[in-house]
Amino acid sequence: MEEMAEKLKLNRVEMPKQSPEKRRSNFEEVALGYTPEQAALEANRCIQCKKPKCVEGCPVGVNIPEFILALRDGDMPGAALSLKGKNSLPGICGRVCPQEVQCESRCVLGKKGAPIAIGRLERFVADWERVTKKCPPCELLPPSGKSAAVVGSGPAGLTCAADLARMGHKVTIFEALHEGGGVLVYGIPEFRLPKGIVRSEIEYVKSLGAELELDSVVGKQVQIDELLKGGYDAVFLGIGAGAPRFLNVPGENLSGIYSANEYLTRVNLMKAYKFPDYDTPIKKGKKVAVVGGGNVAMDAARSALRLGADEVHIIYRRSREEMPARLEEVENAMEEGVIFDFLTNPTRFLGDHRGMVNAMEVVEMELGEPDASGRRSPRVKKGSEHIVNVDTVVIAVGTVPNPLITSSTPELKATKWGTLVVDERGRTTMEGVWAGGDITTGGATVISAMGAGKIAAADIDHWLRKNGKWSES
Amino acid sequence: MYEIVTKETVAPNIIHMKFKAPKIASSAKPGQFVIIRVDEKGERIPMGLAGWDEKEGTVDIVFYVLGTSTAKLSTMCEGDSLANIAGPLGKPSEIENFGRVICACGCFGVGPSLPLVKALKEKGNYVITVVEGRGPDFVFWTDRLGEFSDEVHVVTGCGKTAWANDFIEQELQSGKKINRIFAHGCPFMMKVSSDASRAAGVDTTVSLTPIMVDGTGMCGACRVEVGGETKFACVDGPEFEGHDINWDGLVLRLRQLIPEEDKSFNIWERDNWHKLMDCRHKKSFNPAKRMSVEEIEHTEANCKLAGV
Repeated sequence: MEEMAEKLKLNRVEMPKQSPEKRRSNFEEVALGYTPEQAALEANRCIQCKKPKCVEGCPVGVNIPEFILALRDGDMPGAALSLKGKNSLPGICGRVCPQEVQCESRCVLGKKGAPIAIGRLERFVADWERVTKKCPPCELLPPSGKSAAVVGSGPAGLTCAADLARMGHKVTIFEALHEGGGVLVYGIPEFRLPKGIVRSEIEYVKSLGAELELDSVVGKQVQIDELLKGGYDAVFLGIGAGAPRFLNVPGENLSGIYSANEYLTRVNLMKAYKFPDYDTPIKKGKKVAVVGGGNVAMDAARSALRLGADEVHIIYRRSREEMPARLEEVENAMEEGVIFDFLTNPTRFLGDHRGMVNAMEVVEMELGEPDASGRRSPRVKKGSEHIVNVDTVVIAVGTVPNPLITSSTPELKATKWGTLVVDERGRTTMEGVWAGGDITTGGATVISAMGAGKIAAADIDHWLRKNGKWSES
Repeated sequence: MYEIVTKETVAPNIIHMKFKAPKIASSAKPGQFVIIRVDEKGERIPMGLAGWDEKEGTVDIVFYVLGTSTAKLSTMCEGDSLANIAGPLGKPSEIENFGRVICACGCFGVGPSLPLVKALKEKGNYVITVVEGRGPDFVFWTDRLGEFSDEVHVVTGCGKTAWANDFIEQELQSGKKINRIFAHGCPFMMKVSSDASRAAGVDTTVSLTPIMVDGTGMCGACRVEVGGETKFACVDGPEFEGHDINWDGLVLRLRQLIPEEDKSFNIWERDNWHKLMDCRHKKSFNPAKRMSVEEIEHTEANCKLAGV
């Protein structure tokens, strides 16, 4: 009993971080990860529920108690094998999953105090495996003689490809950019997800037998039906929701106004923070406004600080309660000195003679009744407009699906928002074609995309082996 | 990797390169472009396709050396490889039998004009090609364009038809029927060419390559105002109706990073001036001999700087 009481101690083991003063001027990872002692201490808090609720909260179904038990017993290869059995990208998930609303939200310890830090333990095991390379190889099924094309190498595509490869199918991943990883490399900053980790997890997927073809723009270089006629038995589309939304207010095309995608792609994929050693430049603003309240807005604001801005503002039209960003990211941003302007909305941008933005007009907002999404909809406060000086603006108000493939493939039915219509197994309206991730849901999380990739892989496997008709299950 | 098959300086500071890129060669259409990344630290820059050969598996570009990326590219030789080429990107040109068309081109715009002129001729158009250069040395590919043109005119800023826009204006004023105009070149050339046909109301298609990053509609760097609406040149274009473009906005956006580009180029040039000299002073040079003393010795200034 005493032991149990000890385990229910309310506090989880904190993970060391770079101090805010230090980290706001470098692009190195903010969270430093557990030491082996810290990991053992935290793992020891898990009470190994007979019917673990945490697993239900994981979109890819990681056997959480099993890997934590192995970790606690010092069996690191066993922990890594258990984790990788379900999740091919654990180093990524351990860093960017919103565990607080998934596995950790279901942990019974959470009822009395803090839930087990599942994400931090996952990260610890993944990092151990990456450095030591001591995980026994995963079991691969014998070659099925079937092949699949996976379009897009983001979280959905990589997961689907890894699962299909393990099921014995020949897999080729087509990536439009010059580096694999999709949003993991162009969107999420180095200080939150080091690119070396993405690269090594991609190497792992390749080690399972999947091939990665870069610079391959499906929809332009090759069409979906050409893939199906050209030797692929199935196609999975994990092409994301990559097209940026803008505010559609006057002056938005002034220079110095970036979409979050452009800003983050320059910084992350093209390494503009290392300019001029790397060739891609970026405007290093002194007073930066980031419009939006999601994780992408936090990433952009924190990147702007690290590029040397004196002042970075988050401009959000609702209040802090409605902000969709993860709590941890908001806290990190606040600690680093990002200023939050809630209930504020830009109405137009002003520029100088060179066409560079130098100011914006904003209005104050007030919250009305909750709308269909349950969030209280903002209204403009009359007469509240005023001008503020800025020299760089990042618009981070979400993305919509990129029409590159759908516009060239009429068989694929899309919704009015541009997302692809799929059934619960990920099947699109075109025979032999599955889709999953942001292209079917609109902008969501890495792990939900991975979950969709996993579901589709299982159904693709089922279909390839059964050789059934598309309309039948 | 994408190997350089041929490299030729076609006019001062203007280079034609042919690369191995079989997948692009088998799917390219007139009007499309590619995104190039020269090396691991390179930018992604758009280049209009100046030709392709499906059998050989090659694609062609013509570029003007301006800034770090194009300077780096200009110092690469046959046998070297580029890090990345993605494409074909953008919408293909709408090629119909319009009737009588003028294809105006100048500078790097001569490149993408070639596949366009060929396609227009194959559709049965009467093609009047006008090649602009700021002097006879800057005019190139009149022979290649001539193969598919009914008329080829050269304009070099002097005489009755001073520039391409003057040619267009005179053709339209002379009462000859012109059904469609295409213009390929720098933004200024395309703007004045569009202005020249505005009064007559002849549709004038121009091809834009503003600053881009991914080139697939993801970043919005290439946004341009067309008819009061914001368009992405990479996926909605690169071709647009010249009369509807906000040219001032386009030019300001093209110039937004000049201070950064200058800094980048100055640093690069300090370390690589000798390669650039080689490239500027010879038509083409052999990569095997690139760094040899004989190669560097050919001018007195180079000898001094190289300490030979």
